[in-house]
This record gives sequence, C-alpha cells and structure tokens, in this order.
Amino acid sequence: MNTILLAIDLPLVLEKVILIALVVTVSMVVAMYATWGERKVAAFIQDRLGPNRAGPLGLFQPLADGLKLFMKEEIIPNASNKVLFILGPSLAMLTALLTSAVIPWGDKIEMFGRTISLQIADVNIGILYVFGVVSLGVYGIMIGAWASNNKFSLMGGVRAASQIISYELAMGLSLIALLMTTGTLSLSEMVHQQQTGWWNVIKQPVGFFIFLICAFAECNRTPFDLAEAENELIGGYHSEFSSMKLGFYLFSEYINMFISSAIMATLYFGGYDIIPFYDESAWGLSTNLMALLGFLALFVKILVLIFVFMWVRWTIPRFRYDQLMNLGWKSLIPISLVWMLITAVFILATR
Amino acid sequence: MQLTNRSKQVDRRPMNWAEKMYMPAILKGMKITLGHFFKKKVTINFPEETRPFSPVFRGLHILNRDEEGRENCTACGLCAVACPAEAITMDAAERLPGEENLYREEKYAAKYEINMLRCIFCGLCEEACPKDAIYLTETFAPANYSRKSFIYGKDNLVIPDPKKDPEGYKKAKGLIDERKAKANQQTA
Repeated sequence: MNTILLAIDLPLVLEKVILIALVVTVSMVVAMYATWGERKVAAFIQDRLGPNRAGPLGLFQPLADGLKLFMKEEIIPNASNKVLFILGPSLAMLTALLTSAVIPWGDKIEMFGRTISLQIADVNIGILYVFGVVSLGVYGIMIGAWASNNKFSLMGGVRAASQIISYELAMGLSLIALLMTTGTLSLSEMVHQQQTGWWNVIKQPVGFFIFLICAFAECNRTPFDLAEAENELIGGYHSEFSSMKLGFYLFSEYINMFISSAIMATLYFGGYDIIPFYDESAWGLSTNLMALLGFLALFVKILVLIFVFMWVRWTIPRFRYDQLMNLGWKSLIPISLVWMLITAVFILATR
Repeated sequence: MQLTNRSKQVDRRPMNWAEKMYMPAILKGMKITLGHFFKKKVTINFPEETRPFSPVFRGLHILNRDEEGRENCTACGLCAVACPAEAITMDAAERLPGEENLYREEKYAAKYEINMLRCIFCGLCEEACPKDAIYLTETFAPANYSRKSFIYGKDNLVIPDPKKDPEGYKKAKGLIDERKAKANQQTA
C-alpha cells in the first residue's frame, strides 16, 4: 500500500486558524460596538446623549441588546420554507465575514522564530475575491426574503437584488480605474505600493467617491436601505424574522460596514501605512512594533470610515426607488466610465 | 397678496447636473449635522440632574410648626373654603389641658387631609391661611399604585418636630423661608 502523504505544514495551519479566529472575533466585537457607536453618533447629531445607563458611557449596551435578542421567542412562520428561512440569515452572516480573509490587517510579524503574515490568504486576485463574495451577500437577503412567504419581504428582497446589481456595476468600473493605476489585483501588493508612494485616494479621488457611494448601497445602509423601508414594507426582507435570526441580519449589516471600511482603507488610504509620503522604516523600530503600529493605523482609518457611514446615515433620508435607480444608472455609471477613460488617457500620456 | 416680507420664492428651476446627483444638498446637510455633533446637548440626566423649577413653582403642601414644635394650624377652615378643587377636609378638636406643648392655640385640627389627586396646586390655601400654617413646597407627589395613598393626612403633611428631629425641622423651615422670600420678591 503506497499512500502518498501530503506534507502538511502544521504550524502554518495553526497560525492561520488562530489568525482566522482573531479576525472573526475582532470583526464581531467591532460590529457589536458599531451598534453602540451608531446610537451615540445618532444621538449626538440629534443633540442628545445616547445610551449612557448600562455601564460607563453605556458601553454594556450592546451586551444588553444581544441578550435581549437571544431571549426573544424564535418564530418560524408556518407557510415559510423552513430550510431556506434559516439559511438566509446564516448566509448573510457568512458572506459578511468571508471577505475579511483577503484583507491585509498588518505587516508581517516575527514570533516563535517564524515570520507570520497578518493576512489570512494573500491571494493574487484579492479584489476579485472581494467582489465575488460581496455579490454573494445579497443572496442571504434574497433567500431569507423569499423563504418568509410574505409579499413585503419579497418586495424587500427584490429591491435589494436589483439595487445591488445596479451599484455593483458602478463599483466595478470605479475599481477598474484603480486597477489600471496600480496594475495589480493583490491587496497586499496595493498596500506595498501605497507605503512607498502616494495613497490611491490622491490618484483616484473620483473613483474613491463612487466606490464610497456604492459601498453605502452594497451595505444596504441609509440612504440606500430601500430593502427594509419600514414605512412601505413593514421591515422589508426581515419582517418575518425574530430573535437571533433577526439579530444575524442586523449584525451582518454592521460587519459589512466594518469590512467595507477595511476594504476602502486598504484600497484608497494605504491600508496599514501610517503616514503618507513618508518611509516609516526610518524610525528603526522592530518589525513587531511596526506591524502593531500599522495595524492601529489601519484600525483608526476603519473607524473614521465607519463614522462617515453613520454620519451619512443620520443626515440623509431614504431615496425614492426611482431616484436610487436614476442615481445608479444615469449618474454613477457614466461618471465612472468617463473617469476610467480619463485615467487611461493619463496613463498612456505619461508613459 | 404679500402679508409679510419673510416669504421666500420657491426655486423651480430644473436641477442641473450636479444637483441631479444630490451632492450639493447632501454635503450641505452633512455640514449641518456635523455642526450639531459638537453642539451642547439638551438632555438632562434625570435622576442625577433635575430641571430647575420656576421660582413660583407650587408642589406638595406642608403644615408648619413653631420653634417649640407646636402646630400652627387651628382648623379655622379658611383653606378648605378657599380651595377651588375642594381637596381639603379637616376635623377640629379642642386642646385639652396638658397638650399645650403640641398645639399653639386652644383649637387644633385632629384630622387634616388633602387629596392630592383633586388638588390643582393653585396655592390659594397658602394665601388664605391666617396662621402661617400651610405652605406649598417644590416637591411633587410621587407615583403610586393606589388612589388612597394620594390622600395625604397629618402624618404626611406636618413638618418634623424640632425636639425629635431638629435636622428635618430646620430643612423644612428653610423651605418655608425660601418660599416666603420668593413670594416677597414677586410682590415687590
């Protein structure tokens, strides 16, 4: 019997498992506290104080909210498709977390005589992977909406699907312009380029702007939260969901927000680069310390972007559906096409 | 017809290219909300902070005692007559020998009740009182489960005895003095 044993690098597997656990935990905690942050930001914008009763500054509020959701009665409608009804929120949560695999969370660190990359999977088509997973995200909403066997839910699901398809086009076109300037699909390579040169937001301001708007739409956040428009569709796609299944939907929105902020920070704001136009290696700090500082820099950028998400949400009312489609098809797509052409001409002219 | 000069002409021009993307309006809105973000908050953290009362605020009543701890009220009934809501009832009794340290004059209120659900806190009882006996304070009736508990008897109304609880008496007197000072300010 000749079995060929694949050489499995056990420490590598362990390292990746720990890293995955860490990234998932961090995403969850950030998403949890994003709900607290959301309520605080909303309150401050409306001249209120926000949650401040549960613990110092109301910091235990997310725990109380989570506990409440767990304690609620779990209702599965009789006429629903039970399997898909459970699959919907699970898929929403899964796709929200999947994207974090290709984001470079920091530079390499040295530990136990090994060099560990703070990126779960350094695939050379990182951006394509992100795109694939993000467009899968709408399946969670669609499946859950359809399985509810409720007209309003279905309407919400249909809206979500058409909205995400429309905005993905503009998002893809704005990314093509970015890819033409960077010449790579790998996220870690993009960060390396930005570490030594300019941040991409300076080269691609219009591209970033379109990407930002499309990110709002992809995350189903106000002003693009038509899929759950309460005043027309009860709760939209999650009308029939209760307890932690509803919690998963709400939570996946916040995780999506965190992940898309991370992607924007990586693509346009230099990822874990600390100061633009400056070579940080001149400080002569150890590799691990630099990696930590880099991670903190990325984290701050993510938090600022999350704040922008919330700031926009509490400023703008929801669009009407025709306004949403007009904005997507008649404004964003033409602008991103023109911007792509301008970028191409610029690259050819300066070659 | 123009009534005031504050009316504004509504701009009905078709939106230009940038306005069709809603961007100028959105950026303007975001500027406004960011301004509000740093504004002073209007919330009052209730149990810890309370909203200051108006100087003429009229809350729950108290019945006064003099320095020796004798009740001022003589059950003359003027407050009950003045009361527009008919919230005050009382039973008068004659002071017996040996009760001089309890009641200031020969007649006193054996029972004195105010129905806080009927009371409209107008303060007319306070104005009617010739004996400096009834005053309104700055507290208001706490919530309760039964209607009966809103009928305040002498045990709820009379201020503490200076011999038994000098601290409480001083505090209650302070409230009364404050109220008198404010009333004087009003008339002056």
